[in-house]
Amino acid sequence: MIPSEANAPVLKLQDIHKTFSGITAIENFSLEVYPGEIVALVGDNGAGKSTLIKIISGVYSPTSGTISIEGETVTMSNATMARSHGIEVVYQDLALADQQSVYMNMFLGREPVNGFGLLDRRRMIAETESLVKELDVRIPSAHATIRDLSGGQRQGVAIARATHWASKLILLDEPTAALGVAETAKVEEIVLSLKRRNIGVLIISHSLDQVFRLSDRICVLRRGKQIGVRETAKTDKNEIIAMITGLQPV
Amino acid sequence: MSSANTSAAGQGLANRFNLQQYVVYLGFLAIFLFFAVVLRDSGFLTVRNLSNIVLQTAPATIMAIGLVFVMSAGEIDLSIGSTVAVAALAAAVTLGQYGLIAGVLTGLGAGLLVGLLNGALVAYVKLPSFLVTLATLGLFAGVSRSMTDLRSIPVTDSVFTGFFGSGAFLGIPSLIWWTAIAVAIGHIIYRETRFGAHVLATGDNARAASVSGISVPRIRLAVMAISGCLAGLAGLLYAGRLQAAKYTLGETDLMTVIAAVIVGGTLLNGGRGSIIGALVGSLMMGMLNNGLILMGLSVSDQMIVRGLIILAAVAVSLREKSR
Ligand SMILES: Nc1ncnc2c1ncn2[C@@H]1O[C@H](COP(=O)(O)OP(=O)(O)OP(=O)(O)O)[C@@H](O)[C@H]1O
Ligand SMILES: [Mg+2]
Repeated sequence: MIPSEANAPVLKLQDIHKTFSGITAIENFSLEVYPGEIVALVGDNGAGKSTLIKIISGVYSPTSGTISIEGETVTMSNATMARSHGIEVVYQDLALADQQSVYMNMFLGREPVNGFGLLDRRRMIAETESLVKELDVRIPSAHATIRDLSGGQRQGVAIARATHWASKLILLDEPTAALGVAETAKVEEIVLSLKRRNIGVLIISHSLDQVFRLSDRICVLRRGKQIGVRETAKTDKNEIIAMITGLQPV
Repeated sequence: MSSANTSAAGQGLANRFNLQQYVVYLGFLAIFLFFAVVLRDSGFLTVRNLSNIVLQTAPATIMAIGLVFVMSAGEIDLSIGSTVAVAALAAAVTLGQYGLIAGVLTGLGAGLLVGLLNGALVAYVKLPSFLVTLATLGLFAGVSRSMTDLRSIPVTDSVFTGFFGSGAFLGIPSLIWWTAIAVAIGHIIYRETRFGAHVLATGDNARAASVSGISVPRIRLAVMAISGCLAGLAGLLYAGRLQAAKYTLGETDLMTVIAAVIVGGTLLNGGRGSIIGALVGSLMMGMLNNGLILMGLSVSDQMIVRGLIILAAVAVSLREKSR
């Protein structure tokens, strides 16, 4: 699906700057993500990709620049606000509570309660089980403790959680870095299903193969600078590699 | 944890999990049986002695409940002993001058204030709770000594001493009521509310909790406040049972309470714990105390044996928990 330009972008970043105690991590960054569009964010280690994700999700506030969601400028001082805007994130470190169960992690910070104000575990477990089945992430049980899961299963929990709650935009920070071939294919399938749900996706990946398989557009970042944005269909790996590294293509 | 697992893998996890959970109950049973046999002629098994154990451990159990919340959130509260003394003295003094209600509120309020002070320093000034409460432990030990010039303050109000000490309701001693009610409410809040879940998440992975919309500072403030408040209640129970308040109250409880909580299955680093486990841990410590006295050990020998047994118990429960 090609993003229709008539739609308002679900996310619009304008002139984002971020400095950490004087050191510039992001400068002059502008990008739009449309509903149902998959934008890949690529760049070498330390380029500022995760920092950008954290700015969009409200973990860091930008030093300057504006963020708009569906045309409305927002200031986000914490992660709750991003979530209330329908933005979900799969962080590079997954942000899971290791000693809690899968279902408690799935509902972390949004636990349903019954009429007495007590946790509605039955509902959390049921919803977790149906979600796990729907996404086909192989987890032994909704009761399993996170630390007893494999890296791929943890990744699955984090992705399942984000897809469950996202209504507009999902940010994925290297969602397949720790995964095997089959699991990677599964995650890519999930990402494509988000596209069908008309959810905007911003995905960070070091795998150019994956980027070219999934994305509609590719945004390249080098040392905090936005090098350029390309339509995936109109570029090739050599050009992107040249942009990432700053070396001329051979 | 509920244990209705569906798959084989889930069942395996549940089995291992149960083992670590039951260490405290097995330890309790082992110590009980040991004393029951060794001390069969010394009155260990009498109803009177056994209920005495429960009565004596009431303040420690109450403090342990607060500490489960604190430790589950990944913090520690070393100041509970001093808080007990300050709260008991504050209550005793006010009780004598302004009456029952004022005394009770002052006692609990003093505990709450200490807890809020600890909590504010931990949550908002972002100091480690270990250092904050080590400092307030010393600070309020000094305050309790200067409050009454080291004097003991008698508590004569019979309603107070009945309610918090020697009284009974429906034939059950009030200290047992206090223990049961505090454990029940503590357990429900800890296991069945969003607050309890957020405490565990905070101790487990504060960053994950924070990006999930949980206000980590507010959780930290709350657990320290709960601990202070419960230490205040423990102070009232001491004052009620002993019919006096003194700066020494609670002085030696810290080791017992921490041991009870850890043996009871609460992780030192947060993220997992049990209120019921802490209750059993606390009763186990009380039983140990009682048994060693009945065995006729000298005070110094009691301390040595108790220290060794706590060391062993803590080592076992920590080993069990680190997979
Ligand atoms: N909280 C922080 N304080 C100071 N500097 C930071 C902070 N977070 C990130 N940085 C710096 O900002 C730069 C970008 O880091 P970032 O984590 O965004 O890189 P990345 O592109 O995600 O790299 P990787 O591919 O390795 O994940 C790095 O130089 C990093 O050291
Ligand atoms: Mg990164």
